[in-house]
Amino acid sequence: MVLTLSHFNAALLFSICASTVFAITQRTTPRDMFRYGLYCFSLFMGGLIVAGWLMWALRH
Amino acid sequence: MATTTPATQASTMAVLAPAIGWLIPGAGHMIQKRWIRGLLLMISVVAMCVLGLMMQGRIYMPNGGDILDILGFIGDFGAGGMYIVCRALDLGHGVVAHATADYGTKFIIVSGLLNFISVADAYHIAIGKKQ
Repeated sequence: MVLTLSHFNAALLFSICASTVFAITQRTTPRDMFRYGLYCFSLFMGGLIVAGWLMWALRH
Repeated sequence: MATTTPATQASTMAVLAPAIGWLIPGAGHMIQKRWIRGLLLMISVVAMCVLGLMMQGRIYMPNGGDILDILGFIGDFGAGGMYIVCRALDLGHGVVAHATADYGTKFIIVSGLLNFISVADAYHIAIGKKQ
């Protein structure tokens, strides 16, 4: 079974998995894990959007 | 009759948890009764590896060539049992022509790297550095 994802969807799945692992391994309490996971996820996705617009700006 | 002291049990777990955690992602946490953490780690690492394979990513073999190939192998090897199973089933040949195959290759590498982090965390729990 071949999976073809857009760059955005691939980055979304990547961010979810990586944020989950970072949250569990870098924090101790469940509340801190949840907050840190959301923080990491927002950085991943925010960085993706910023980088995309930067590339657009450089191109134009 | 030999008895195990708490110190002996701790040192045994300090070796066992990382080893099992490398072989089965998340299992190093589960054997220390961190069930939910272990399950979430297992789902995340295994999902990344499976998604990478479904995107026709490449699995690196042990090699002594280009530095990026060597690093790719080290990353893939971090997935432990997943890497062994993939090699046994002859998966991960990669498709050079597809852009998504490049994403897949990176997914597989990162799944291994995330498992390395997970193994380190299991070790820290075993030695009492983390709850």
